[in-house]
Amino acid sequence: MYFTTDTATSPNAKIPEGDLKDKWSNFKDQARLISPGNRQKYHILVVGTGLSGASAAASLAELGYQVSTFCFQDSPRRAHSVAAQGGVNAMKNYKNDGDSIYRMFYDTLKGGDFRAREANVYRLAECSSHLIDQAVAQGVPFAREYSGYLANRSFGGVQVSRTFYARGQTGQQLLLGAYQAMMRQVHLGKIRSYTRHEMLDLVTENGLARGIIVRNMDTGAISRHAADAVVLATGGFGKIFYLSTLAMGCNGSAIWRAHKKGAWAACPSWTQIHPTCLPQAGNYQSKLTLMSESLRNDGRIWVPRNKNENRKAVEVPEEDRDYYLERKYPSYGNLAPRDIASRAAKERIDAGYGVGPLKNAVYLDFKDAISKHGKGTIVKRYGNLFNMYEKITGINAYEQPMMISPAAHFSMGGLWVDYELSTNIPGLYAIGEANFSDHGANRLGANSLLQACVDGYYILPQTLPQFLAQQGKANQPDSDSEAFFLAEQQVRSRLEGLCAINGNKTADHFHRELGKILYDKCGLSRSAKGLTAAIEAIRMLKKTFYEELKIPSVLNGINEELEKAGRVADYLEISELMCVDALSREESCGAHFREEYQTPDGEARRNDSEYSYISCWKNSGDIPVLIREPLHFEFTKPTERSYK
Amino acid sequence: MNFKLKIWRQDNAQAAGKLVDYEVENISADTSFLEMLDQLNETLILRGENPISFDYDCREGICGQCCLFINGRAHGPLAHTSTCQLHMRSFRESETIYVEPFRAGPFPVKKDLKIDRKPLDEIIASGGYVSVNTGQAPEANATLIDSDTVEQAFDAASCIGCGACVAACKNGSAALFTAAKISHLFRLPQGKIEHKQRVKNMVKTMDKLGFGACSNTGACEVECPQGISISHIALMNREYFKKSP
Repeated sequence: MYFTTDTATSPNAKIPEGDLKDKWSNFKDQARLISPGNRQKYHILVVGTGLSGASAAASLAELGYQVSTFCFQDSPRRAHSVAAQGGVNAMKNYKNDGDSIYRMFYDTLKGGDFRAREANVYRLAECSSHLIDQAVAQGVPFAREYSGYLANRSFGGVQVSRTFYARGQTGQQLLLGAYQAMMRQVHLGKIRSYTRHEMLDLVTENGLARGIIVRNMDTGAISRHAADAVVLATGGFGKIFYLSTLAMGCNGSAIWRAHKKGAWAACPSWTQIHPTCLPQAGNYQSKLTLMSESLRNDGRIWVPRNKNENRKAVEVPEEDRDYYLERKYPSYGNLAPRDIASRAAKERIDAGYGVGPLKNAVYLDFKDAISKHGKGTIVKRYGNLFNMYEKITGINAYEQPMMISPAAHFSMGGLWVDYELSTNIPGLYAIGEANFSDHGANRLGANSLLQACVDGYYILPQTLPQFLAQQGKANQPDSDSEAFFLAEQQVRSRLEGLCAINGNKTADHFHRELGKILYDKCGLSRSAKGLTAAIEAIRMLKKTFYEELKIPSVLNGINEELEKAGRVADYLEISELMCVDALSREESCGAHFREEYQTPDGEARRNDSEYSYISCWKNSGDIPVLIREPLHFEFTKPTERSYK
Repeated sequence: MNFKLKIWRQDNAQAAGKLVDYEVENISADTSFLEMLDQLNETLILRGENPISFDYDCREGICGQCCLFINGRAHGPLAHTSTCQLHMRSFRESETIYVEPFRAGPFPVKKDLKIDRKPLDEIIASGGYVSVNTGQAPEANATLIDSDTVEQAFDAASCIGCGACVAACKNGSAALFTAAKISHLFRLPQGKIEHKQRVKNMVKTMDKLGFGACSNTGACEVECPQGISISHIALMNREYFKKSP
């Protein structure tokens, strides 16, 4: 038995009353506020300075709260939001192509295979329009038409053009907007920014979040930070697969520490495997670079019709090419959603039609787009992506097709939060990719930048004060308390323990091994047999980790291996919960594809009567406990998700 | 491929550093420079030696964290390429490669190849933004901006904040970094209003932090991973002197 079920606890999502389109307004109308003069008395910690953390920190500081931010990078501007390429969705209907808040809501809900809350998803669509206004006002140079109006393009899983973009560097430009807003508040003395600091534990007292324990990565100093509220904006943990599109430092430690202190994890196994990444080429590769999904606007994906095709891609005639997405999904074609496109690529690769030296890739071909629009247009649309591709592979993609392959990319799962983005620990909030809320079992392209921004700019600054107002100032947090002392002791002994193992294998060795287990057994397709084998393998790996790890024994000062080892230690625990989560859900939905539950033509078979719920996992110290939050569809009717 | 490496080792900011010799063997030509160092580090760790500290994160050329000075050039032999995008195929078989940190007065070495670039954040904090609070923005299409202007602003805004411009400059000037932000915001109508103050404050901060003066050698433009043009420096200087009495 890998888990137990607690049917007595029913999570309170705190969805406001009223019609779908009125819920957010109703919340704001009734939310408790704190008067401008009193706000400076409250101190809020924001961990992570990517798009959600920086935007939340800036917005809260603008309101007048005292904010401290923490990031492991040497500058807040380097958080991994910077790497998002293709764009950000927003409902402006500038194209007059039938877009509406409801349509955007429905596309997102359907894209997530009806495994998210209606009210959350509707609010995401509702707040999207103003985000574009805000970003433009900050100086984000979104692409424009010759007329001077903002331009749009399409992303997967929708039939309208609602994606705003800044070349292939949309994430960078949005992050710089939020970073600059944050640095303005640093300059004004409203935000204290701690860079090169990593959160190593959450401190709770009487069931409330009271602060964090952090390590200064330059000096090794451990310090305590007490506050009225803690916000985790620490991003996703897709790096758990070792090879992924994420930055090397991305990790799951902050949310896992919170989980061990009582915060529920929700649907941790729902990982988006992105269809368009560079394929693995060797054993020492450290990452799989993402090539933006926007390329699928003009690129056509194909594999050879013959298994033993020996000709170069450009020499393969049309009749010997299988444009499998266009064949299988004629109405969406190359713009099928990510989970569908990745699975279709895996199916072709597994069937022996893969291309490239390791036969692990498919072609993404711009031949037709170049002959239709001219090379100049393609350069303007994707020039930097083609350059990047050439820098990494040495191949000119204007002349021959790109080779792409699926890779781990985004965590739909994360800490469970209610409508107010609060975890089940009062005073602990999770925003952006760190939470589970809006994307269901599959995220649509260009919705992650949107969710990070909407959480940080618009939702948290409205919901967090409600908590502060209820708390009042009677119960001041104190970093000299017993709880802080104990938490600090635990952090110190954990770090000392890792240094003391003195085995014969590096942290990266264990990380790579774990990545292989997860990608094979808890990646694009899962089965009960595979998952139980994975759990046993992970337990074995964890045992050897604590016997055979070798890192330099340096506690006071820079020690990258100690940082890595701490993250891998947490990954070894997160991965087991991911497998248990995948095992407990005996249906296929979105990115979660259980081989046992598929239609005769190989599509995901959802089971609404038994699994229309969010899986919340409680840490019991031993066997994970499953708590179900049922999903209620009052305003839509879940249908079979078809892109044919 | 096999390489001889001469790598800068320095225990901490106060210690004296020196070049130390290493050898790496059987490296695939498609390995990135940082992955080559990863492999060397795994060997060092297993031998019980201290691995080499160096900065990196996204490894796709956009976060700006990596910052190695390779064979006398910021980010190595290729123009407009960050260290993480450099691959071993750009070096000759058995070549001796010198690896040092970015060097500039305001960027003290923390350990080995890791440096402190906080001064770049301070320059931005002194004015590199539009002072708009969340919620104040008007409808995005209310102000039209012609696409060429946006493209010019983007060219400047694409800066990844790596500091290669400072490291490449014989004067250790941050003129390209500072000018890129000034120019990005100056070209857009949203950023124009605060322009005078911004130029004054950012240039003052840059000078105060100990960055050198620009003498127009153009070395920064060559090494900039985003290929940002020194014409932005001309714009910054023009606007700065316009405001001086």
